[in-house]
Amino acid sequence: MPTVEMTVNGKRASAQVEGRTLLVQFLREKLGLTGTHVGCDTSQCGACVVHVDGRAVKSCTMLALQASGATVTTIEGLASGETLHPMQEAFRDNHGLQCGFCTPGMVMTALDLVKNNPNPSEEQIRHGLEGNICRCTGYHNIVKAVKAGASAMKG
Amino acid sequence: MHDFGYHRPASASDAAGLLAKNAEAKIVAGGMTLIPTLKQRLAQPSDLVDLGGIADLKGIKSEAGGITIGAMTPHADVARSAEMQKTIPALSALAGGIGDPQVRNRGTIGGSVANSDPAADYPAAVLALGATIRTNKREIKADDFFKGMFETALQDGEIITAIHFPKPDKAGYSKFPNPASRYAIVGVFVAKTGGGVRVAVTGAGPCAYRSKELESALNANFTADAAKAVKINAAGLNSDLHATAAYRGHLVSVMAARAVAAAS
Amino acid sequence: MTATGIGAAVKRKEDYRFLTGQGTYTDDINRHGQAYAYILRSPHAHAEIAKIDTAAAKSAPGVIAIFTGADYDKGGLPAGWQIHSKDGSPMIEPPHLPLCKDRVRHVGDQVALVVAETYAQAKDAAEQIEVTYKELPAIVSTADADKPGKPQVWPDAKNNTCFDWHLGDKAATDAAFAKAAHVTKIDLVNQRLVPNAMEPRAAVGEYDRATGEYTLYTTSQNPHVIRLLMGAFVLQIPEHKLRVVAPDVGGGFGSKIFHYAEEALLTWAAAKVHRPIKWTAERSESFITDAQGRDHVSHAELAMDKDGKFLGLRVSTIANMGAYLSTFAPCVPTYLYATLLAGVYTTPAIYAEVKAIFTNTVAVDAYRGAGRPEATYLLERLVDKAAREMKMDRVEIRRKNFIPREAFPYQTPVALQYDSGDYHSTLEMALKSADWAGFEGRRAEAKKRGKLRGIGISTYLEACGIAPSAVVGSLGARAGLYECGSIRVHPTGSVTVFTGSHSHGQGHETTFSQLVSDTLGIPIENVDVVHGDTSKVPFGMGTYGSRSLAVGGSALVKAMDKIIAKAKRIAAHLMEASVADVEFKNGAFTVAGTDKSVPFGTVALTAYVPHNYPITELEPGLEETAFYDPLNFTYPGGTHICEVEVDPDTGVTRIVNFTAVDDVGRVINPMIVEGQVHGGVAQGIGQALLERCVYDEQSGQLLTGSLMDYCMPRADDLPNFKVATHATMCTHNPIGAKGVGEVGAIGSPPAIINAVIDALSPLGVQDISMPATPLKVWQAIQGAPAKMAAE
Repeated sequence: MPTVEMTVNGKRASAQVEGRTLLVQFLREKLGLTGTHVGCDTSQCGACVVHVDGRAVKSCTMLALQASGATVTTIEGLASGETLHPMQEAFRDNHGLQCGFCTPGMVMTALDLVKNNPNPSEEQIRHGLEGNICRCTGYHNIVKAVKAGASAMKG
Repeated sequence: MHDFGYHRPASASDAAGLLAKNAEAKIVAGGMTLIPTLKQRLAQPSDLVDLGGIADLKGIKSEAGGITIGAMTPHADVARSAEMQKTIPALSALAGGIGDPQVRNRGTIGGSVANSDPAADYPAAVLALGATIRTNKREIKADDFFKGMFETALQDGEIITAIHFPKPDKAGYSKFPNPASRYAIVGVFVAKTGGGVRVAVTGAGPCAYRSKELESALNANFTADAAKAVKINAAGLNSDLHATAAYRGHLVSVMAARAVAAAS
Repeated sequence: MTATGIGAAVKRKEDYRFLTGQGTYTDDINRHGQAYAYILRSPHAHAEIAKIDTAAAKSAPGVIAIFTGADYDKGGLPAGWQIHSKDGSPMIEPPHLPLCKDRVRHVGDQVALVVAETYAQAKDAAEQIEVTYKELPAIVSTADADKPGKPQVWPDAKNNTCFDWHLGDKAATDAAFAKAAHVTKIDLVNQRLVPNAMEPRAAVGEYDRATGEYTLYTTSQNPHVIRLLMGAFVLQIPEHKLRVVAPDVGGGFGSKIFHYAEEALLTWAAAKVHRPIKWTAERSESFITDAQGRDHVSHAELAMDKDGKFLGLRVSTIANMGAYLSTFAPCVPTYLYATLLAGVYTTPAIYAEVKAIFTNTVAVDAYRGAGRPEATYLLERLVDKAAREMKMDRVEIRRKNFIPREAFPYQTPVALQYDSGDYHSTLEMALKSADWAGFEGRRAEAKKRGKLRGIGISTYLEACGIAPSAVVGSLGARAGLYECGSIRVHPTGSVTVFTGSHSHGQGHETTFSQLVSDTLGIPIENVDVVHGDTSKVPFGMGTYGSRSLAVGGSALVKAMDKIIAKAKRIAAHLMEASVADVEFKNGAFTVAGTDKSVPFGTVALTAYVPHNYPITELEPGLEETAFYDPLNFTYPGGTHICEVEVDPDTGVTRIVNFTAVDDVGRVINPMIVEGQVHGGVAQGIGQALLERCVYDEQSGQLLTGSLMDYCMPRADDLPNFKVATHATMCTHNPIGAKGVGEVGAIGSPPAIINAVIDALSPLGVQDISMPATPLKVWQAIQGAPAKMAAE
C-alpha cells in the first residue's frame, strides 16, 4: 500500500492507504478526526467539507493520495484552545446548529465563502451554501450566523 | 469502490506513458464525476492517472485575441479570474455557477469537457464560443468534439491540455438547474461573434449541441424576444422525473432569451 | 426571569462540542477488535430467493462470517401498535425477519450479512455472493394496491389490505350531509417523503463473553424502546444483559424511532463472531431502508349550511404501509390522523375511513408530524376550496368555524378533548405580521414584473405530547407512553439530570438545564443532563411526537417536587422549624416570617454528610426518580401564512414571505423554539415544493434513490421566516408546555399550496398537487382554462 503524507491542522500526518481510500476516510479512520462527517454518497450534502490548501473541498470526493503534500484544515483545527473561532462563535450565538451533524461542513464552507467575499449579502450566503445540506435549521439561523461571523472576522 | 493503482505524473507526456502502459487506466482530473462513479462501483479502472501534479496544465492566459484555460484549471479560478471577467465575462459567470462552491474548487474545465456529461455547463460554452480543444496530440475544433452522451472525439490516451476561446462580441449563459442535483436541466450559451451568432444547448440532448433554430432567429434579430419566440421542437429531447421533453423544449427558448438579455 | 431561567434565550450547552468536531455520533465510535458489516440487499422489489451461494464470498480476503436467512434463528421485528378493522378483526401482521428467508418484498430488503475485517472487504466479498432470484410482479401504487388482480405482497393480506378501520359517527355524519346547503369535495395525494436525517443510520453491536452482556450503540431517538423491543421480542435478551446507547444523533425526524433490522442483526452477529461489529449506512442505503413518511390517497367531503358553517366531514383515505409494518406504522394513519380531522373547527359530525395497504416499497412510519400533517393538509385544502365555491373570504370562513376561546375544554366528534387554545388570536397576529390586508397591492406590483403572486393560509391544530398510557393502550398501543426522569443532587449541590427523552438536535441539555436550574435556584453551569444510555438512565420512552418537554420535562418537575419535599424536611431539621413552615424560593429554604435561611447547597451537603440529620425519619442522600404519565395529549395550534411568486415562464415558485404564529404553550427557551419552527417549516416547504419519493410502477425500483434526484431543501430554496408565539397554557401538565417539534411541518404545507393555487387562480387553475415543482406548475399553466381561452 502506498503511503500518503500531508499536513493536517498544522501537524505532519502520514499513513499507509489504499488507492481507493478517500480523504475523509483518512481523516476519520487513520487520524481519528471524526469531526468531519459523511452524510451522503453522491457529493451533495457537504457534511465532509474540509480545507485543502486553503480551499473548501468535499473530502468524500477526493482521494487521500490526491491530497499528498497538501495542507489540510478540519473543524478540529479552527478553535485556539478553548476559544472558538469567530465563525464557530457566531454559529453558537445565532443558534445556527441543531443536531450538529452538518455543522462542521457548514462552518468550513462559511469560512471559504467569507475568504472570497468578506462582506456577503444574504443572497450570496444562501447561494454560497448551495453545496451543504442541513435538515434541522431551515438555514435561517445559519445564514444569520455566517453574516455575523463574517462581521466578527473583520474584527 | 474497487481498489486501483494510483499515479501522479509530473508531466502530460508521463501521463500519456502511464495510460499507454495500462489499458484499463483512467485519467482523473478534478474527480467530481469520476470519484462518485467509482464509489458507486459503476467503473472499475485498474489505475488512476491523476493530472493534479502537472503544473503547466493550470492557468488562464490571454493569447491570439482570445483566452486560453489550462485543462486542470478549477472552475473557481475561471470564475474569479480578472482576465476572464474582462475578456469573456459570460464564461466566468458560467464557471461561477457550476455545481457548488466545493465542486468549483476541485472540478476542472478539462475534466468537464472530456466527460461530455449531457448536463454539464462548459460544453455549451465551448460549442457556442467556437473554442479549440488542445490535446497532447492535436487541436480539435469544438464543432468536431462532442459526439454523444459521455462521448467525445478524444482517442485512447489523449489528454486535453488546454482550451482556447476566441473573444466574442458579446456572450451570455443562462441555465435552469435540476432542483435536486443542480446540474443543468437546460443551459443555453449564446455568443455573438464576427462569424454570426452561435447558440449551444446543454442538458436537453444526449450532449451539448448547437441550435440552428435559435441561431437563425438571433442572427436576424439579437434580442431576448426573438429568442423567446422560437418554438423548439421537443421531439428527441431528454425526458426524466424532473422535466419532460416538452418542458425542456420550452425552457430552451426561455433560457436562450435570458442568455441574450444577460449577454455582455 | 433570570438570564438563564425559564423564558430566557440561553445559548446551547451542547454547541461547543458540535462546533469543534467533538460530538460523538455512532459512526465515531470504534470498539477494540471491531469488525465491519455490509448488508447485501435485494435488487428486486418482489422476488423469491431460489438459492444463495456464499462459498466464494466466504473465502474472500478479510471475511469473518456471512449470514443469510437460513442462519438466523431468532425472532422478527414487532409492530408496536395493533389496529382493529371495522369488523373487529385484528390487522394483518406479517412476519418481519431481519434477514429474508425465501422472499424479498422491496428493493433494499436484507438478504445477507457479511462481516469482515474492513468495510471495503465486506463490500468486496458481497459482490461474490450469488443469489438466484425468481422475480415476481410488484405493486407500489397506493391507490391501486387493494384493487383485484394486483400482485399480492402477503398471502394473508387479501387485496393487500392490512386493516380497514374507521372513526366517528357515520349516521350523524350522513344526517349532516342530508341537510347541507352545499358540499365541497376534494381528492388529494399526500406524497411519500424520505426523512433524510443528515446522519445516516449506524450501529455497533458488541458481546462480552465474560459477562454475557450485549451492547448496542445505535442512531436511535429512544434507546430504551429499542432495548425493550429487541430484547424482549427479537433476540430474547433480558434487559439486565442488554445495554443500548444512542449517543449524539444527527437528526431523526421520526425515522430513528423505529427498531430496525440492522440493530438486531449486529447485536446477534456480534455474539456469533465474538467481535464488535460496526455498520454504517451509505446514503443510497438509507433511501431504501429508513422508514419513509406520509403516502396517503384521500377523498374528502365537507357539508356546509348556506352561510358556510361546517355541518359534517367525510374522509376516506388509503394509507401505504410499505412491505412490512414498521414499529409505529399502524397508529400513524389512524389515531394520529383521523382524530385530528376536527382541526380548529366546530364541525359537529365527522366520519373517517382508513384502509391501510401493503406494497413492495420501503416501510412507511412516523415522519415529523406523522398523520397530523396529512390531516391538516386535507382540512386546509378543503376549507380553501369550500371558500372558493361558497364565494366566501378564505379568512372569514375560518373565523366563522373556529372553536371559540371560551369553549375549552372542547370535545371533538373524533375522540380528542382539547384543553386550551386561542385560534382567533394566532390568526389575527399572523394576518397582521404578514400584512394580509396589503397583499393585493403586492400582487399588482408583481404582475407588472411578469410574476404571479399568491398568498395562502393554514389555521391548524395538532395533538402531541404523546401520550396518556391508558388511553393509547385502549386504542391498541403495546407500550406505555409516559416518561421517566431522575434528579441526582450531588453533595456539593450540583445536579445531574437523567432523562428518558433523547436529544438529536432539540437542545434538551440546555432546555432541561434551564428548567432544573430555575426550579432549584442553582446556576445553570451546575446542571448536567444525561440521556441516551440505558445503563445510566433508569428508563425512558424517548423523543418523538413533540413530547420531550411536555412529558419528559414534566417527569423532571415531578422528580424535583420529590427533591424539594425531602430537602424541606432536611432544611426544617437544620433550622429547627416545622416542615409546614419551610418555604423554598430562589435556591434557599426559609422559615416563613423569620430570617432563618439555608441555601440549597447546604441541604445537599447535609443529605450526604448527615451528622445533624433527622436520621430516624429520613434516609440520607438526595436523588429522586419520577415517571410522568400525561393525562391528555397537548394541543399546539396556530396560523401559517405563505406568500409566493410564480415565474410563469419557468414554473418556478419562490417563497417571498413566510409567517408562522404558533401556540406551543409555555416556552422555556425562545431561541430553541424558534429554531424548531424554522426547521419544521423548512420540511413543510420541502414537502410542498420540492420533495417526493417515486417508485417505478412496473419494476418497483426507487427512482428518487439519491440526493441527485430526491430534492432536499437548500439554503437558496428557502426564505427567512417570520415566527412568533402566542401561548395558551396546557392545563394538565405542570409546565404548561404543549410541544414545538412538529408544528412547522404540520401547519405549513397547505399554506404554501393554497398560496400557489391563489397565484395561479387568475388563470383558472384550481388544484395543484404536492410537490408543486416547476414542471408541474408550468404544466398547470399550460393547461389552465384562462390561458387556453386567451390563446
